[in-house]
Amino acid sequence: MTIENEELKNAVPIVRAKGLSKRYGTTVALDHVDLQIPAGRIVGLIGPNGAGKTTALKAILGLTEFDGELSVLGLDPRTHRTELMQHVCFIADVAVLPRWMRVGDAVDFVAGVHPRFSREKCEAFLARTKIAKTQRVRELSKGMIVQLHLALVMAIDAKLLVLDEPTLGLDILYRKEFYETLLNDYFDHEKTILVTTHQVEEIERILTDLIFIRDGRIVLDASMDAVAERYAEVLVGPDKADAARALKPLSERQIFGKSIFLFDGIDHSRLTALGELHKPSVADLFVATMKGTYA
Amino acid sequence: MSTTVSTNKFSWLLKREFWEYRGAFFWTPVITGIVMLSLVLLALIIAETSANRAGMSLNGVNFGEISSHLSEGNAAKLYAGLNVGLLSLGFPIGIALFFVLFFYGIGALYNDRADRSVLFWKSLPISDTETVLAKVVTMAFVAPILAVAAMIALHFAFLVLMSVWVLVHGINPMLLWSPTHLLTLWAKLALLIPINALWALPSIGWLLLCSSFARSKPFLWAVALPVVSGVLISMFHLMSSLSLPSSWYWRNIVGRLLLSIIPGTWVDVAELRHLDSDDRMPEALSDLLSLSSVGHLLTSPTFLIGIVAGVAMIVAAMYFRRVRTESYA
Repeated sequence: MTIENEELKNAVPIVRAKGLSKRYGTTVALDHVDLQIPAGRIVGLIGPNGAGKTTALKAILGLTEFDGELSVLGLDPRTHRTELMQHVCFIADVAVLPRWMRVGDAVDFVAGVHPRFSREKCEAFLARTKIAKTQRVRELSKGMIVQLHLALVMAIDAKLLVLDEPTLGLDILYRKEFYETLLNDYFDHEKTILVTTHQVEEIERILTDLIFIRDGRIVLDASMDAVAERYAEVLVGPDKADAARALKPLSERQIFGKSIFLFDGIDHSRLTALGELHKPSVADLFVATMKGTYA
Repeated sequence: MSTTVSTNKFSWLLKREFWEYRGAFFWTPVITGIVMLSLVLLALIIAETSANRAGMSLNGVNFGEISSHLSEGNAAKLYAGLNVGLLSLGFPIGIALFFVLFFYGIGALYNDRADRSVLFWKSLPISDTETVLAKVVTMAFVAPILAVAAMIALHFAFLVLMSVWVLVHGINPMLLWSPTHLLTLWAKLALLIPINALWALPSIGWLLLCSSFARSKPFLWAVALPVVSGVLISMFHLMSSLSLPSSWYWRNIVGRLLLSIIPGTWVDVAELRHLDSDDRMPEALSDLLSLSSVGHLLTSPTFLIGIVAGVAMIVAAMYFRRVRTESYA
């Protein structure tokens, strides 16, 4: 255990789950999940469809009942949702803003009900967009709705921001802008961001921590640094392929007559002997870890 | 400090309801009023062109008799008749209010689940109790206050129109404008709002309960459940085991769940002294809000049990608001 991990253990976690379980009828959505998310992190919660991501987020946000223990900012989300929402913000996915609402009314309303909302900040964010205050949400494009939601949320001085597929259905310009704004204008060491998305490639550079979830169970929970230490991708020529296979790689794929092997927990010095060493992308790691999910 | 914040927050919740249903709460009574006024104007024009003024009666007021009554000095009778005219003129606004409240209630806790914007509302520090209470207050007070305001505006416009008309016919229009009479009428309308609100609680509670409970088709739940059960009870005479007629069920269960949001549907419970014959309508209406009839109503079991049932259903609606964020729509 590294010193960094020791420090994290002592700090009060933003989210702490122990034996978190949830079933819908006979389907198990979450199966005894243990989880700790410390402050000041950007955590990617990644999993295939139906793995339990959204259920986990819903439990954290107090939107569903569950079994086991879960505390968010030290509170039980089931019984303290209203208090919790003073410090937790949430963007579900596109199109959850009420379509009948006018932009100006939305800003007024959030300013009226949220004690930690800064109207100045929100209006400064909106000024950078093409959104007009007199427009109704239904008149905005998908991308503009997300911009509006982001402007509302970033103007709230919250401790935890939960993003569930926030950029679903947006074009690449909006997606890039979304994460850049979030990183440059919002995130700091007091804040924690928990994000789920299928577009892993776009967020892997901003993540500090990675959680893989499959069939309601956590299959990987590590910092990005630890992931880089633990996993390695090696480009191996045909002559050394058998030697590489002997080290039990997670996956193997072919490219230009060479093989790319993904290794888990093999000493990097041993791997350099086999060939060129790369840091695996989260997407490749994900595919290797989730092998057989839909089979 | 915290109370001012929370009252302020609550006023924002009410504003939110008004923004979303501005058309229903504001424009429905206004347009209904304009239609009524147009009908009056049309009647006057027809009366003028057909030159058949002598026996014309409008809204129960026989204008041909106005001057004769007054010459007898019978002003009280004129005002009683005028009351009937003004109240029946505003009646369609009350009916429109029923439709507005009915469809508002059915959608209030359902529509945002269907379009998933409930996730936005639930991401704000607003409790489910506050959300549901804002909808109850909107149904019990905000919409009825706007409807009564529209009725009063309609009365005013009607009187202006009639003043011009009687003036043309050489009658002093000031006779129509008795301040005590009008203020009494309008004050009564305003004071009836809280009584209507308490009476409406079972309907408000039932509609909001269906709205928060139904995973789909809240309208069907709200209407079919009481009506089908009523039909079954009537068919098999199930109430007879309690030695009650089936009409008891229709009146006290189905009617209270669905129709109590019609303003003034409690009049028969209030046992107005003069309601026994149509001829005495003016006297009956003046009985509205008389101490004895209101006292009768406020102490009647159907009124009190209705309040308890309404509150219970509102509490249940709060529970379902907390646990249901999905819909199948």
